[in-house]
Amino acid sequence: MLLLLPLALPNAYTYEVAILVGLNAIVCVGLNLLVGFAGQVSLGHAGFFGLGAYGSAILAARYGWPPLAALAAATAATGALAWLIGRPILRLKGHYLAMATLGFGIIVSIVVANEDRVTGGPDGMSVPPLSVLGTAIAGEKTWYWLVAALLVATVWVALNLIDSPRGRALRALHGSETAAQAIGIDAARHKLSAFVISALLAAAAGALTAHYAGFITPAKASFLHSIELITMVVFGGMASTFGAVVGAAVLTTLPQFLTVFKEYEMVLLGAVMMLTMIFMPRGLVPTLEKALAAARRKPL
Amino acid sequence: MSAQLLQFLLSGLTVGAIYALVALGFAIIYNASHVINFAQGEFVMIGGMATVSFIDAGLPLPLSIVLAVGAAALVGLLLEKLAIEPARNASVVTLIIITIGASILLRGLASLAWDKKIHALPAFSGEAPIALGGATLLPQTLWVLGVAAVVLALLWWFFNRTLTGSAILAVSHNRLAAQLMGVSVRRVLLVSFGLSAALGALAGILIAPITFTSWDVGVMLGLKGFAAAILGGLGSGPGAVVGGLALGMIESLGAGYLSSAYKDVFAFLIILAALVVLPNGLFGRRTSERV
Repeated sequence: MLLLLPLALPNAYTYEVAILVGLNAIVCVGLNLLVGFAGQVSLGHAGFFGLGAYGSAILAARYGWPPLAALAAATAATGALAWLIGRPILRLKGHYLAMATLGFGIIVSIVVANEDRVTGGPDGMSVPPLSVLGTAIAGEKTWYWLVAALLVATVWVALNLIDSPRGRALRALHGSETAAQAIGIDAARHKLSAFVISALLAAAAGALTAHYAGFITPAKASFLHSIELITMVVFGGMASTFGAVVGAAVLTTLPQFLTVFKEYEMVLLGAVMMLTMIFMPRGLVPTLEKALAAARRKPL
Repeated sequence: MSAQLLQFLLSGLTVGAIYALVALGFAIIYNASHVINFAQGEFVMIGGMATVSFIDAGLPLPLSIVLAVGAAALVGLLLEKLAIEPARNASVVTLIIITIGASILLRGLASLAWDKKIHALPAFSGEAPIALGGATLLPQTLWVLGVAAVVLALLWWFFNRTLTGSAILAVSHNRLAAQLMGVSVRRVLLVSFGLSAALGALAGILIAPITFTSWDVGVMLGLKGFAAAILGGLGSGPGAVVGGLALGMIESLGAGYLSSAYKDVFAFLIILAALVVLPNGLFGRRTSERV
């Protein structure tokens, strides 16, 4: 489907939106592994996104690293950080875990906004474009193919992960942590790996976004962005990789439509969030799947 | 005690009292319904902004306050009836998203009904600062602490000595048993939301003369109230109060002695550390998980 989409996109602006959808989708597929499959809450994933973005931006812009190396280094460093803080944090459950991840996200966004000598402060900083072996990657079409390829790769990895013994262990954890531990699944290790994988994906997507846009601001690491990400996952359908992609697609394009309504944008966004969660509590894709299955079962 | 330390402690106590009231709102709703109401901060905002509107319309301050608290309580009741009740069987994350959507909706409505400017409420009894042991105290601070203390006493009396209050506590301990004893859970939920909204609004009104109010003042206050409720142990009333006061103190001391830009970072780091050591908060109930 991703291959067919460019035929439908009329101009550069829609390409831009599609690229943003793709980048958000990469984060959401990762976040879905943590929230939907492993059943852990994270209200601070924009923190990882922001760390990847700023890390790559600072290395490339202030220290002159080649962008690809900066991206890789920032992603790896964020993953390492996630591994470090994941161990103590993931011992918390439910709302307490939500608070811990929330706190982490807010700490990142405040630090990034305040260290203006390094990060450019609240106004953000500019980022050199991505270049591979000297040739810059520019132009919407090139970026589109790059992001689409990465998204397909991410989805493929996620699906394989979910069907593997590790994935089944994750799902067992979600069902009941105590029961899973009773049959010998190391809960802490699996939760940590889901956490780190989702952090790596978020950081990579963050770095890519920074290089694509040529600019990065603290808003990308904010609490509001974390909320957007988790809403995309829940809206699309938790425990559904395609759901995460669909959620990212809908909720990235929706504000573009809503800007027509100017001042009413916030009201409508809130209303849409509430109504969809009230009437489709399991998310869009699972609800549609259930409806399709029910329709198929109807006797002719 | 140095005058500076006293100053920090007093301002910490003041803002802590506000966080305590907001945190109580979180605790009451969580107890009744196991939902974290992320729209709680917006009730704080509605309290302050509505009072400003009523005063601008010419009403005297006491009446404006009463009407604003009532308006916020009404919004709370509507939120429960229209958003929480229809989704009562949804998962925790879904309910969180619903309340977050509600907070976005309320903020959007506020930006339309009012404007995006910062508004000030007149101080309840004048602006003349009071000197106390080298520190200066605003009269409004005394109002905040005094009203908060009275409200806490009233709440204690409500939950322990009245039938409705006992019903709410019963639902929080064991919903099924409470229903079997004839308690209407639906009514308990409504009262909880209305009460929490009123508490939040009161907190917003009390602090508005000091820190001003605007359409988006609810975001950070709501988050801090949530943090305080978690710190104290989710679902514990005394925990919410202690958590709120502690958060206020930590923030004030951090702003005073370290850096006011990083006071929130400091506060959240302390909360994270506390949670790692005490995974259920200070007074939280140790829950057992049924397989």
